Amino acid sequence: MENIIQFVYIASAALFILSLKWMSEIKTSRWGNWAGTAGMALAIVATLLKPEIHGYLWIAIGIVIGASIGTPMAMLMPMTAVPQRTALSHAFGALAAGIVGSTEYFLHGTNLSMPQLIVLCIEVLLGFLTFTGSLLAFGKLQEIIPTRPILYPGRNLVSLSVFAFSLFLIAYLVIKGGSHPFLFGLIVCLSLLFGILLVLPIGGADMPTVISILNAYAGLSSSFMGFLLNNKLLIIAGALDGSSGLILSIQMCKAMNRSFTNVLFGGVGQVLEVADPSRDGKIVKSLSPKEASILFEAAKKVVIVPGYGMAAAQAQHVVKELTDVLENRNIEVKFAIHPVAGRMPGHMNVLLAEADVPYDKLVEMEEINPLFPETDIVLVVGANDITNPAARKNPGSPLYGMPILDVDKAKQILFIKRSMSTGFAGIDNDLFYSPKTIMLFGDAKKVLNELLISINSN
Amino acid sequence: MTLSDWITNLYVFVLASFLGLELIRNVSRLLHTPLMSLTNAISSISLVGSLALTGEGEKTWVIVLGTIAIIASSINAVGGFLITDRILKMFRKSK
Repeated sequence: MENIIQFVYIASAALFILSLKWMSEIKTSRWGNWAGTAGMALAIVATLLKPEIHGYLWIAIGIVIGASIGTPMAMLMPMTAVPQRTALSHAFGALAAGIVGSTEYFLHGTNLSMPQLIVLCIEVLLGFLTFTGSLLAFGKLQEIIPTRPILYPGRNLVSLSVFAFSLFLIAYLVIKGGSHPFLFGLIVCLSLLFGILLVLPIGGADMPTVISILNAYAGLSSSFMGFLLNNKLLIIAGALDGSSGLILSIQMCKAMNRSFTNVLFGGVGQVLEVADPSRDGKIVKSLSPKEASILFEAAKKVVIVPGYGMAAAQAQHVVKELTDVLENRNIEVKFAIHPVAGRMPGHMNVLLAEADVPYDKLVEMEEINPLFPETDIVLVVGANDITNPAARKNPGSPLYGMPILDVDKAKQILFIKRSMSTGFAGIDNDLFYSPKTIMLFGDAKKVLNELLISINSN
Repeated sequence: MTLSDWITNLYVFVLASFLGLELIRNVSRLLHTPLMSLTNAISSISLVGSLALTGEGEKTWVIVLGTIAIIASSINAVGGFLITDRILKMFRKSK
């Protein structure tokens, strides 16, 4: 029987690898998801075949309850809430890893060898810090707690001390061996605390990086569980997940010009000093949507830049309607997608896909930037930092060096924004004061609707 | 577990990590969100550990904790695969 189980595990691992491979292209991506699902189903079946497993009733109850919570979470969540759902899901997965590790310790702690104790402790540390970190990320994304970075003096020292102290306790536990329920409990508490300290100082704009890094931690935790249980399938699946989270967070860091170590130690997203005396005296032009609609009469090429403001206002469907109206007038419409627009890597692509915008109209930053000089109108829908030319021009700006969409090079910029307030990075956008920019103040959905009606009646 | 078990496991870990890096590097940015919900679902492979814990459990407290772990990781698995499919269904090319 053991051999059959191992063969099924190998098949399951192969399916997970295929799953990621197929996921790299739209054409095969649905196959990718099915392969992943099949891999998971095989893994469950093989585990249940183990002769030492007999408590089927509680297993069934657990799976049924889990599925009946997970299904509505997946089917009913609006696409704007996908980042929250992912964060919450990470929290659940990590909690399971933490519980399994802790239970193993209390069951067999005294019989475990030194390397087994090491991986057990790392699994528990990663599991529980990902649990609280993800819950906190969920709270921030859902705006239960403020999305602004929450900072306190000496926070790096506090986080590092908590981390160092838990490593010290782990080292003590491993070297001494034997049963230390109190010390182990303390390690669990410190891990939970460390997760909170890690995410607390991170702001809304850095959420794409945070979600990716939590993904990596959750995967690594599963992988270490695999070392503990001597189960290669867990090691493989966890490592695949870990490296995927790692790669995505590195890509997100590059897209924001942040150092990766900064994110690892949770130092990202500091509130930057808002000292901007230059703002006074600068002129901001603003029009009503009705007045601005006339501009589209002469336009041939339009680029729309979606940002978190579009997501927050659920305006993606109006954006799609506007696109249709413009295209009916033979205006070419493209979408410029910045890698960190939104709250999750690729979030804007999903929102626009939900509104039925074909994906071949979505153009990535590198390809769209050379096209801006010949663009008649750029319509920015609630995106701020990713369009700020200070990132290119002003070495004193905190955004300096961050790759941005070169919206300022277009012939005319229409900027939809609720107010003159700053973006997540807390700095003013030079673009507002450009002679080519016209501000359209208001909720993205409302402004776009009015724009749509006016263009139709022109 | 013998030393050679550990070494084999470490080999597996290193190879799988590099394989993962190579596979993900090629993923189009368009698909980053579904990719993340997919890998999120795959990370619920820790379900295997939870199943073993509950299934082998003799003591009540182990079964209770194991069942909680099963609930948590199956929320992760079911939710992750379902939402990934929901997202992927929406991607359409222009006619």
